[in-house]
Amino acid sequence: MKHAFLDRYSDRDSFIHRLDPRTKLISVFLFILAVALTSPDMWPAFAVYFIVIAALVLLSRVPVLYVLKRSLVIIPFVLLIAIFVPFFKEGEVVGSYNIWLWQVSVTHSGLQVLWNILAKAWLSILSLILLTSTTKIADLLRGLEQLHLPRVMVMILSFMYRYIFVLVDEVMRMKQARDSRNFGGRRLWQLRTIGNMTGTLFIRSYERGERVYAAMLARGFDGQSRTLHQLSFGLSDVCFGIGFGVVVIFTCIFNFLY
Amino acid sequence: MDEVVRVENLNFAYPDGRQALTDVSLTINRGESVALIGPNGAGKSTLLLHFNGILHGNGQVKVFSRPVDDKNLKEVRKKLGLVFQNPDDQLFSATVFDDVAFGPINLGYSENEVRQAVASALERVGMAGYEQRSPHHLSLGEKKRVAIATILSMSPEVMVIDEPASNLDPGGKWLLIELLQKLPATRIIASHDLELVEALCRRIIVLDGGRIVADGAAERILADTPLLASHGLTRPEGLKAT
Repeated sequence: MKHAFLDRYSDRDSFIHRLDPRTKLISVFLFILAVALTSPDMWPAFAVYFIVIAALVLLSRVPVLYVLKRSLVIIPFVLLIAIFVPFFKEGEVVGSYNIWLWQVSVTHSGLQVLWNILAKAWLSILSLILLTSTTKIADLLRGLEQLHLPRVMVMILSFMYRYIFVLVDEVMRMKQARDSRNFGGRRLWQLRTIGNMTGTLFIRSYERGERVYAAMLARGFDGQSRTLHQLSFGLSDVCFGIGFGVVVIFTCIFNFLY
Repeated sequence: MDEVVRVENLNFAYPDGRQALTDVSLTINRGESVALIGPNGAGKSTLLLHFNGILHGNGQVKVFSRPVDDKNLKEVRKKLGLVFQNPDDQLFSATVFDDVAFGPINLGYSENEVRQAVASALERVGMAGYEQRSPHHLSLGEKKRVAIATILSMSPEVMVIDEPASNLDPGGKWLLIELLQKLPATRIIASHDLELVEALCRRIIVLDGGRIVADGAAERILADTPLLASHGLTRPEGLKAT
């Protein structure tokens, strides 16, 4: 079965695509750190961050609509965490409502926290989307490895990327087989079936893990993973790194001085 | 003749108590092309996993006259390459290159040697140019070829292949047979596809219920219809075509 690529658009060519994955990884990390450290009332700083990331998206020739659409994924998660903050944070009351038995009031500082969380999360996810849609996953993994992320974690990520589609296929086949036998009936019965499917999927994945490990052993795996180094760090990486770093770090420091 | 694999009185039971192999003994010599046939669940795959020390049963397994134990494991796995039945188990890296390079890198080849090994292995299976593709976007036939390349890149002296043609369409199967015919190594192939076995192997070992029930020249065993029928390898007797 065919699936969308996780790293769609990563095979296009642009200045951003050609950067060394390590440069991009460090830049994104720096960017997220700077965004997180900026205080909520610093509108200009957030404007700068947004302009930087928007410029990079345009430079990368990844369709803007695609980036925006994917960035919406973050909204439900953030809302789930932050939606109640305006109601509980103490401070200057902006509005107060009577909902049935309760008197609910929304505070100014609470709203500010909500906006702040939303803005920071969105900017961060934009940078991550840019990273993953301009870098092939294999290169990204190699970059992480050479930045000395523990080997075990790189391997777990690599296995996840390799087998996520195999698992999705398996779930799809199980669903098709289930529906072909007129899946339906009472809610409780449905839940039981879904529970069984989840369990089966878990056991199958576990057994597959054992077979994969056997296949690794058969090719001389001894617990140590080695790869060839294929990355190249060039002049454009230096230029981009310095330029990006200066802008982001200055914006962040400026925020503290102000 | 050189002995490549010698198995003596091998018994193996899975952790759940199910007996998978009972008193298996066999010898395979250099240059032979041997088929291990038997119905589903006969113990073919289990036996193959003993050849390179992934499973350990009671009894002797010797590869190139050395017992398969922790001391010789690395050497054994270099000389005897095992291709698994499901290429999704065999191919676990993010790119085809990484997968084919996995064995050579583990053997400690230099970077140049690794690149050469990968290039020539992919060339041999007709998959040159696929280096940067991810394995999960390949077709099954392509995956099978790459899986064979991951072993070829280690230049083993013996190729052990589990069900090379399972789930392939007839065209894909015959392309694979042609490819396997050209491999220079000693071949041990587990399958229940008699067409494939006939095209590739000179000697056949029949396994059923974890025991060896026949061992002999391919022509003799393939002509022995009652034997094949009684072990689920051909149309059951009495079941006539309409």
